[in-house]
Amino acid sequence: MEFQDIAPKLTMLLYGLIGFVVVVGGLLLVLDVVPTWFARRREAALVAASLQSGGAPVARRPRKRREGTLALAFMIPALLLLLIGLVAPAIRTIILSLQNGDSTRFVGLDNYAWIFQENDIVRVLVNTLAWVVLVPLLATGVGLTYAVMVDRARFESVAKSLIFLPMAISFVGAGIIWRFVYAHRGVGDQIGLLNAVWVALGNEPKPWLLDPPLNTFLLIVVMVWIQAGFAMVILSAAIKAIPGDIVEAARLDGVSPWQMFWRITLPSIRPALVVVVITIMIATLKVFDIVRTMTNGNYDTNVVALEMYNQAFRYQENGHGSALAVLLFILVIPVVIFQIRNLRRQREV
Amino acid sequence: MTTTTPVLAGEATSEPMPRTRAGRVRRRLNSPVATIVSIVIALLWTVPTFGLFLSSFRPEDEIKTTGWWTFFTNPQLTFENYQQVLFGRSASSGQLANYFINSLVITVPSVLFPVAFAALAAYALSWMNFRGRDWVYIGIFALQIVPLQMALVPLLSFFSRGLSLGGVTLMPAWDLDNEQKFVQVWFAHTCFALPFAVFLLHNFISQLPSSLMEAARVDGANHAKIFRTIVLPLITPAIASLAIFQFLWVWNDLLVALIFAGGGRDTAPLTVRLAELAGTRGNEWQRLTAGAFVSIVIPLIVFLSLQRYFVRGLLTGSVKG
Repeated sequence: MEFQDIAPKLTMLLYGLIGFVVVVGGLLLVLDVVPTWFARRREAALVAASLQSGGAPVARRPRKRREGTLALAFMIPALLLLLIGLVAPAIRTIILSLQNGDSTRFVGLDNYAWIFQENDIVRVLVNTLAWVVLVPLLATGVGLTYAVMVDRARFESVAKSLIFLPMAISFVGAGIIWRFVYAHRGVGDQIGLLNAVWVALGNEPKPWLLDPPLNTFLLIVVMVWIQAGFAMVILSAAIKAIPGDIVEAARLDGVSPWQMFWRITLPSIRPALVVVVITIMIATLKVFDIVRTMTNGNYDTNVVALEMYNQAFRYQENGHGSALAVLLFILVIPVVIFQIRNLRRQREV
Repeated sequence: MTTTTPVLAGEATSEPMPRTRAGRVRRRLNSPVATIVSIVIALLWTVPTFGLFLSSFRPEDEIKTTGWWTFFTNPQLTFENYQQVLFGRSASSGQLANYFINSLVITVPSVLFPVAFAALAAYALSWMNFRGRDWVYIGIFALQIVPLQMALVPLLSFFSRGLSLGGVTLMPAWDLDNEQKFVQVWFAHTCFALPFAVFLLHNFISQLPSSLMEAARVDGANHAKIFRTIVLPLITPAIASLAIFQFLWVWNDLLVALIFAGGGRDTAPLTVRLAELAGTRGNEWQRLTAGAFVSIVIPLIVFLSLQRYFVRGLLTGSVKG
């Protein structure tokens, strides 16, 4: 790596930082100076008016003024970016999904029909379903178990950090970590942990990632490994928020720890549990990096988000890619509606 | 959207709880079983990373022929893998130092811009009085559920072909090449981050006491001044948690980088390069292990040193109501 390689990059970074200071600083300055100027002018006009009318009190403006223009100025960068980067593209994607591969003519719902007719794609849908069902269940299960087990234990915060750490690791990094665990060698010592254990138990070494449907499950394990920490943190906070007197009362009634868990802990943290399951579900629906890094979707492990990327950016089939993107969006909607209704019910109770 | 109780409880995670507080002591499930189960889980969650870490320091021949656990009977350490993967001359060696810089250049502005824009918008949505305020907020909030896959194809064509409506060019193509493509990536990351960022900061800013704002108004401060001198200092913890989220998301992102930065060595970040190495040189474990660690180390440091803020953000970001 030579300096002339880095120099243009650092220059770009410098431009970026200057741009940031100019845009944000400039905006703040304008927002500060312009309203002040208007306020001064209004004051001057009021003074002039009051002098003319011989000092009679001028009718004051209502105290709660509308501040539409100023508010718009505060929000303009965010609104503009959302419009250009998210709203308009999303609408355009819906249109693209009704057009053919190079977006030259309308084909109606053909792209959607294609999703459900092509055997490969049906396989992709089934895999995605497996992900969306298994990851939230397993991750929440592990997270909850661990949160209950280490609650009030010694070294609680250290113990939690261990589970929590994978959240900082990229999906690509996690993919490599686990590919190493699943590594397979036909002859000689095994270098992958899983095969080492498997062979020690008296079996033949196995190429784990080539073997459907087991391989999809092994990829799901990676996502569970990343998400369990999230579930654990949220649920642990919920457990700590259970009022002490309820627990104390139950203890005085002499319930067993097992009953305590099912009758007190679980019902008390139900809202947090729902949030965790749904958040993980939505994240899992969009999983892409893990599959791409570990198998690249081969050996029957493909999922919707990866197929969407392949169709749109490898095969240049904009119609198919967009239809899959819209499908992802449609799949999220019922989950979110459920979540909103759940929240509203909670607030009413 | 009050968020008080879970936040307070979450803060306790970083400090050891008092082990016995009268009335709040909770008996754990069968103690020995609980201990064993939690140790098993803790091992499963750490051993894979540890194995990779240890392997990255083992000589190439050793990694490829023996398991990393043999290190304990036959310890051999080398920094050769890191030397190779970071600074190696050959095209196959990784040249990760270069991509490391790319990751850095991508990440810093992609964190700064959305945080600043979201803070401004969240302030207006909380403390300024205009028609349709609630609807604007609900609109931004709802955008959180739009998968970013919905935006990729049109946004890329917006950059490369500009925007035209019925033959009229509204916006010319950006025509960026080489290093200039960083701008595309910053733009995309900023757009995609905004809904969540506005939501998170709005949660905090709208909870500030209104007496504070009124007092400042009476003293003659305008909104820009209130925002700068009162709101910003008070929401520093929220900004910290948002910045950590966004940092981890951008640094670890693969999809946005693949599409908007391209795969070249001018702009591609570490994740893209690593994914490429994993795809084409899947059995070169001496490179993959060291390379994976190069990409993990920065987020790990950020995460461990600022965990408190991260947890707090997590709790307000997801548990609401």
